[in-house]
Amino acid sequence: MTQLAADRIIHPTFVPHLAKEPALGNHSWLDQLRATALARFELTGYPTRKQEEWRFTNVDAIARTRYSPAESSHNAQAIEAAMRFGFGDEALTELVFINGHYTPQLSRLGELPRGVIVAPVAESFHRPEVQANLARHADVQLNPFVAMNTGLISDGVYIHLPRNAAPAGPIHLLFVSIPTDQPTMTHPRVLVVAEENAQATIVETYAGEAAGETGGTGVYLTNAVTEIVQAPHSRIDHCKMQQELHTANHIASMNVHLGHDARFVSHSINTGGLLTRNEVGVVLAGEHADATLNGLVLMDGSRHCDNHTLLDHAAANCPSHELYKHVLADKSTGVFKGKILVRKDSQKTDSKQTSKVLLLSDEARMDSMPALEIYADDVKCTHGSTTGPVDEEQVFYLRSRGIALEAARHLMTYAFAADITRRIKVAPVRARIENFMAAQHGLPLDLRISELGGHDEGVVNA
Amino acid sequence: MALLEIKNLHARVAAPGGKDILKGVNLTIDRGQVHAIMGKNGSGKSTLSQVLAGREAYEVTEGSVTYDGKDLLDLSAEERAREGIFLAFQYPVEIPGVSTDYFLKAAVNASRKHHNLPELDAVQFIKLIKEKMTLLKMDPSFMKRAINEGFSGGEKKRNEIFQMAVCNPTLALMDETDSGLDIDALKIVSHGANSLRTPERAILLVTHYQRLLNYIQPDFVHVMIDGRIVKTGDKNLALELEERGYDWVEQETALTV
Repeated sequence: MTQLAADRIIHPTFVPHLAKEPALGNHSWLDQLRATALARFELTGYPTRKQEEWRFTNVDAIARTRYSPAESSHNAQAIEAAMRFGFGDEALTELVFINGHYTPQLSRLGELPRGVIVAPVAESFHRPEVQANLARHADVQLNPFVAMNTGLISDGVYIHLPRNAAPAGPIHLLFVSIPTDQPTMTHPRVLVVAEENAQATIVETYAGEAAGETGGTGVYLTNAVTEIVQAPHSRIDHCKMQQELHTANHIASMNVHLGHDARFVSHSINTGGLLTRNEVGVVLAGEHADATLNGLVLMDGSRHCDNHTLLDHAAANCPSHELYKHVLADKSTGVFKGKILVRKDSQKTDSKQTSKVLLLSDEARMDSMPALEIYADDVKCTHGSTTGPVDEEQVFYLRSRGIALEAARHLMTYAFAADITRRIKVAPVRARIENFMAAQHGLPLDLRISELGGHDEGVVNA
Repeated sequence: MALLEIKNLHARVAAPGGKDILKGVNLTIDRGQVHAIMGKNGSGKSTLSQVLAGREAYEVTEGSVTYDGKDLLDLSAEERAREGIFLAFQYPVEIPGVSTDYFLKAAVNASRKHHNLPELDAVQFIKLIKEKMTLLKMDPSFMKRAINEGFSGGEKKRNEIFQMAVCNPTLALMDETDSGLDIDALKIVSHGANSLRTPERAILLVTHYQRLLNYIQPDFVHVMIDGRIVKTGDKNLALELEERGYDWVEQETALTV
């Protein structure tokens, strides 16, 4: 028993915390779901590095921290954060969550097509589609953080896109954490159900706003879970921006289920966080489903970012594309594990995975692991991985034309990242990455991705 | 005063135990002149052009280089470029993700800033490059492409001379610009280089073959063997080398040493 307790750390404050969660109405299925998930978490505790999937990411610091639930707020700071991270008119709809709580005062529903629902998940548990889909794709058995999120579901977003619906602009879900002097945690939950031939662009932003003069440790945990269920011929363009404070831990899982001819495109951008772990799992469940997973990681300091992806080819004739790029400065560390699973009958699978890493210092470290598991015999699966510093030949070429050494290195870094950002169709997302890089690398302000050339392989056309 | 004065220049590969490549080069170039350096592979002629451009892969161990009254070896690669030295690369580098127009505008303006001139805006820049593109018969779409990415060997060389025309150098170093060019491309490239032939400027051509010198006629031809210039003549020396090879120069040198 004592041995078990040492291996499976569950902080004693954890269970009382649950009791404080607000009642979510009278839904016995939900009570059951939460109880099961919580029991699972209590059984497993936080993952340790002894587990293969967590070998490179140490969450002991999370396990040791006494997090309390974050309080809602819409003070001046919250308003400022919502303005700063919000997309304003560039989003069709913007739902703002402060410390995990839906904040209608800062949100804007916009004009949605008939039948489209974008609503707080807490107000959606009565809907049969929610009961039918929630927690069906993010498996509480596989990841303790998913179990914890599911056990504590209270707030988040439900998006329903009826047949043929196509909202005209991006739907922005903005989760801002404003830490206090005590470590806090939130468990945002997003569920998207797209019916046949529906399409939408959905952006999730996770950001932190420093507590300012009032103090605060800046320590918090975001533990997010997103599920996207796509019926045949539907299409979702998804962007995730992780801009947490550099004192924060960000753990997230996204699970996507694709029917036949459904298309899913994901861009995961990670610039913030002290420790970040993203899991993305896509099941290509119907023939001719098509998935693109792209990622960009920009880390510095001693920060750590881990991306685990799984493309589960469960049907024949499905293409998938994956491109992850990491830029690691200082002593930052990156992990990429890209698993491609091709099941026995998934013939004619066509999957391409690429991981490219730019190391800006000798002390930065990357662990990149492709993992191909193929049970069908007529498939095309390729993977490639490169890790290295800025190419000095290229730097000399730029310098020989009068461009300063530092500017040349920054330009090379920017161009490396632009290979991902120029594929993103959502203008405010691109602008944020550009601004971030301009600030981080002291780039000339007139440098914009639109000015950077390059071939357009894999660029998604509207 | 000479534009460029190289005295007893020694250089080696900048690595522990790096090989000595230049072993005492002496060369003086005046404004308005075109010099050609010829030599076999491995003679050090490309290294000389790279050392002059400021490549840190080579370490100067002895000697001096004075350019326009300044100690050239004191300047970084980018400072040399801004002071008017341009190296047309033997193997132009591909830079995915950076478009040619962005890059060239940054280069031109870095130089203008250095000389306290106002930076060119987009309109002025386009005007400048249009003229040079016509000179080198280049497709305008090329400006939006990433630098040299997916270019053929000939396109890359043409791009070098185009950049040279845009950067308007005082001393142009052309490192085996002719290698890999077909006769039509060679004519276009030579025409571009000849257009830069003015009394204020000098050109140093590094080449393996005499053919280029039919199109860009040099005032002086130097033969480089084992890291030193061992013979200097006029354009007829190039013809003689083409006909007789380098062995006779080597023998002649061996006799005089």
